[in-house]
Amino acid sequence: MKRVLHFGSLILLLAVWIAVSHLIGERLLPEPKTVALALFDEARSGALTFNLGVTLLRVFASFAIAMVLGAFIGLFMGRNLIFDSLADPWVIVLLNLPALVIIVLAYIWVGLTDTAAIIAVALNKLPIAIVTIREGARTLDPTLDEMATVYRMSSGARLLYVILPQLAPYLVATARSGLSLVWKIVLIVEMLGRPNGVGFEIGAAFQLFDVTRILAYALAFTVVMLAIEALLVQPLERHVSRWRLRPA
Amino acid sequence: MYPAGASGRLELHIKHKSYRAAAGGRLHVLGELSMALEKGEVAAVVGPSGCGKTTLLRIIMGLDRDFEGIVSLPADCRLGVVFQEPRLLPWRTVEENIQLAAPRANPAALNALFARLGLTEHRLHYPGELSLGLARRVALARAFAVEPDLLILDEPFVSLDAPLAERLRGELIELVSRRPVTTLLVTHSIDEAIGLADRIFLLSASPAHVLADVPIEHPRRSRSVDEIAVVANRIRNVGNSAY
Repeated sequence: MKRVLHFGSLILLLAVWIAVSHLIGERLLPEPKTVALALFDEARSGALTFNLGVTLLRVFASFAIAMVLGAFIGLFMGRNLIFDSLADPWVIVLLNLPALVIIVLAYIWVGLTDTAAIIAVALNKLPIAIVTIREGARTLDPTLDEMATVYRMSSGARLLYVILPQLAPYLVATARSGLSLVWKIVLIVEMLGRPNGVGFEIGAAFQLFDVTRILAYALAFTVVMLAIEALLVQPLERHVSRWRLRPA
Repeated sequence: MYPAGASGRLELHIKHKSYRAAAGGRLHVLGELSMALEKGEVAAVVGPSGCGKTTLLRIIMGLDRDFEGIVSLPADCRLGVVFQEPRLLPWRTVEENIQLAAPRANPAALNALFARLGLTEHRLHYPGELSLGLARRVALARAFAVEPDLLILDEPFVSLDAPLAERLRGELIELVSRRPVTTLLVTHSIDEAIGLADRIFLLSASPAHVLADVPIEHPRRSRSVDEIAVVANRIRNVGNSAY
């Protein structure tokens, strides 16, 4: 039933797209068929795969940096009052710094390189990761901590089996919101200072008012990110919550 | 201070323990309090609720170091603890919970322990799928799996129905007699204390000190109803005159 509804809703979206395209004209909104053909052309020349690949690499690199750093800093801030008070103003500053400012400064200070691009994206995601994981760390159960102390669990076992499972919902939430935020910012970073990638292609198409190309790349990358969500994030979530009692 | 005691004795001399109260000021929980346990001895600590029994256990376990006094534990003391709540990791199975606490336990010994506590068929269950009685049993198994030098039980049978509590008490006696271990049991039930312990420390209301140190002569299994009644009366008399 749910699948049928989802499918119907997609068909409706396509119908609306075609209708609007006829209403306002091919130049402003090309038909799905035109976009599909452009997509096919890009794929055949190899440009699509190359640009998607480059962008995906940037997405994963900055996502990984932001998640790992964010998890450790957030965990430490949630567990240590002094460090929390010291780091809190920094996090708030970073949280409120516009993405564009971070990107432009990174390019100026580091140069127009991939390093600068990845740092800029990671810095945009980092404070949000820290704040979410810190909330999780504050809710850690002290009674389980005492149990681990009394039974002298090694710090590795503690992190892996006592702390991380409690943080799992927060980590999954951060990963979810993080992935969608990161790929949107990566496109802007590419448009502003990289010679390739989906963001660069969309930027170039924008110069020429080539709506077909813009839609082709946007669509392709959205599909890739949805696939990652369905094939990676959701199974991971199911795996970490397998111990929860399923509603009967 | 936690110096290693000689010859497996547990000895503690607490001078003073207080908490900072939420409303300001300090809450005086433990007064002058001394007790000593010989190796292999099972002692029960009995006292009115709120008298600081759990605080006392936390000090012995090393979870609370903010007190004046000395606790000396057996050398290289391995602790087995059964908390008031089972405190199992909900995301690990029964078996994994025990292996995480006792990574060096040998599989045959674990099998025997599971069998004795009737947990064999629950090894692969998650704690959320267990009744409270079973979860308590897992906590007991975990405490024994580490082959402790000091076993600490904080009201381990509270909020179980009477027959189940009785069964678990029997299992505890069985485990302790198979492998003697210095044991400290906190309970508010005098009958439970007399049924399980070799000696009973009776605590006063807060700030707690030891009102009476009552040894019980006969081995656990051969205690007659009369003898239990005599000891119970003695303890109740001390208790009544104190509170």
